[in-house]
Amino acid sequence: MTPAPSPEVLQAPLVVEFPFTRSLGPVQSAFLTGLRTRTVLGVRTTDGRVLVPPVEYDPVTADELADLVEVAPTGTVTTWAWNPSPRRGQPLSAPFAWVLVRLDGADTALLHALDAPGPDAVRTGMRVRVRWAAEREGAITDIACFEPYDGAEGGEAVPHSGEFTDPVSGIVAPARLDYSYAPGRAQSRYLKALAGRTTYGERCPSCRKVYVPPRGACPTCGVATAEQVEVGPRGTVTTFCIVNIKARNLDIEVPYVYAHIALDGADLALHARIGGIPYDEVRMGLRVEPVWSEDGRYPDHYRPTGEPDADYDTYKELL
Amino acid sequence: MREVAIVAFGQSDHRRDTPEISEVEMLMPVLHQVLDAVGLRAGEIDFTCSGSCDYLAGRAFSFTMALDGVGAWPPISESHVEMDGAWALYEAWTRLLTGEAETALVYSYGKSSPGDLREVLTRQLDPYYVAPLWPDSVSLAALQAQALLDAEDTGDTVADERALAGVAVRCRTAAEDNPHAQLAGSPPPEALLDEPYLVRPLRRHDCPPVGDGAAAVVLAAGDTARRLCRRPAWIRGMDHRMEAHGLGVRDLTRSPSSRLAAERAGAFETPVDLAELHAPFTSQELILRRELRLGEDVRVNPSGGALAANPMMAAGLIRLGEAAAAIHRGAADRALAHATSGPCLQQNLVAVLEGDAS
Ligand SMILES: [Zn+2]
Repeated sequence: MTPAPSPEVLQAPLVVEFPFTRSLGPVQSAFLTGLRTRTVLGVRTTDGRVLVPPVEYDPVTADELADLVEVAPTGTVTTWAWNPSPRRGQPLSAPFAWVLVRLDGADTALLHALDAPGPDAVRTGMRVRVRWAAEREGAITDIACFEPYDGAEGGEAVPHSGEFTDPVSGIVAPARLDYSYAPGRAQSRYLKALAGRTTYGERCPSCRKVYVPPRGACPTCGVATAEQVEVGPRGTVTTFCIVNIKARNLDIEVPYVYAHIALDGADLALHARIGGIPYDEVRMGLRVEPVWSEDGRYPDHYRPTGEPDADYDTYKELL
Repeated sequence: MREVAIVAFGQSDHRRDTPEISEVEMLMPVLHQVLDAVGLRAGEIDFTCSGSCDYLAGRAFSFTMALDGVGAWPPISESHVEMDGAWALYEAWTRLLTGEAETALVYSYGKSSPGDLREVLTRQLDPYYVAPLWPDSVSLAALQAQALLDAEDTGDTVADERALAGVAVRCRTAAEDNPHAQLAGSPPPEALLDEPYLVRPLRRHDCPPVGDGAAAVVLAAGDTARRLCRRPAWIRGMDHRMEAHGLGVRDLTRSPSSRLAAERAGAFETPVDLAELHAPFTSQELILRRELRLGEDVRVNPSGGALAANPMMAAGLIRLGEAAAAIHRGAADRALAHATSGPCLQQNLVAVLEGDAS
């Protein structure tokens, strides 16, 4: 038995980036379109309160709401927090205060940023007004931020039709999160060995099955797999499919074959592309071997070895 | 109503960074610990429920990887919540109450270290009006803390920065007795108040540590619970409530959802002697103490609470586990456990646990 050595930890940057496309209901559409024209809308509840930002359902009564009103772009800070080191994506790049602002005419508060010289210039109850973004597109960021304001108070909320020309019906909310991905002990061992063109599985101490790629646990027994076992390099196609859809950013001609391959000595099939043979000649039982990627760190695909096909009985448990 | 109890609890050591292990490698020893405690194998558990979050891992369906640690063959009855494990425990509890299961395994885990937690948590906010501004979790808690400090100015409550520091000192001093805690021990309040603000009015000591960790409990019903555990921690009641997602709609100095959940869980019927509160920020403990009507005679967070270790998705389940463990060892007779989720105490769960008279 080869006890698995403790590997250096592998770690790599992982960026998850996605543009979420979201549709708006009538109330949110009116609010965000209003911002584009420097108009702040709220919605009046059945018991007379004015919610800004507006929502489609009353958070207290659950009544459906559609009675739009316009409120002032001026308001009062209801609470604040001084943010000395702004982060990516936040409204201002210089230190600023997060604020909840109750706009004149509204009964609830809106979250945004307040541009102020320092924390001593901010207090609960201070008067502020909207600073509009130069370019507005129908998003909450059309409000660039709030700024201190010592002018007159705005009046009561006034009815508004909510109708605009060319209303926005959706937003695209881009998101990006940065991670430092670490695959853990078992997968680090596997990946490091693979870079040396060796494929290691790990054996379950309980059921004796050899898992490849190993994840550190036997999914059947729920115990750690600790014993390393070299498997392959050759294996047997247990099942396959023919792919006719070209994947974006993937330079592989369709159709091609993607297969489950039981490496010799492994008790679980891994999956990989089959090359070096016309797609319509791939079959269950085909014997294959890895063709390494240009930098030799992982098998790019598997190709036929030329051996006779494996007997069905030798791989039927691994389908 | 069928009697259901927490009969075993286990947790990992909570650490800032664990790049050498995957989620399942972190979780597996904890699962073995609770199963060993009750002498059951995974296959003998009737129902399994877990809590975790894909945004922490940066991978879709990340909980399926952790399932490898459970031993899901032959097929098991399993469920998952994309929340703190306290809510997974709630699901398992209802499953046992209906008589569909006699035992349940509940686990949860979170590795915050791969990402920037303050940014990751912005993705749970309202995507139309709030998330595009990327307000981080500490900033939102700071808005709540300032609201509480301002309320003090009007004489509503006793909350000032010194009181906040006092919470931090008490929790982190208590954590000296908790071998799993990530932070233990604290300078005195005066020294803490000399530190700079992280996001004013919060200083570093007002905020939870960011870290990785896992927890698991075993639930059992009636006589099975008595057979598996010398002194089961009976769940006398449990309820969870939530508030409007709009922060500007709520009075951030109050937590009516905690109050209501506690009432429905029966917390106010008889006094409790111990409370484990999931209050990641010092100001939140003050709010919760008031809503949950916890007097000075109640031991609050003898484990150190979330200020000593706050592994995302597990910290709430740990509050239930710590409260139950205190009953198991006879250190408490009637305990309240609280879990929260979302910004500024948006969602709250309260359970009341009791041991049989010794
Ligand atoms: Zn096994």
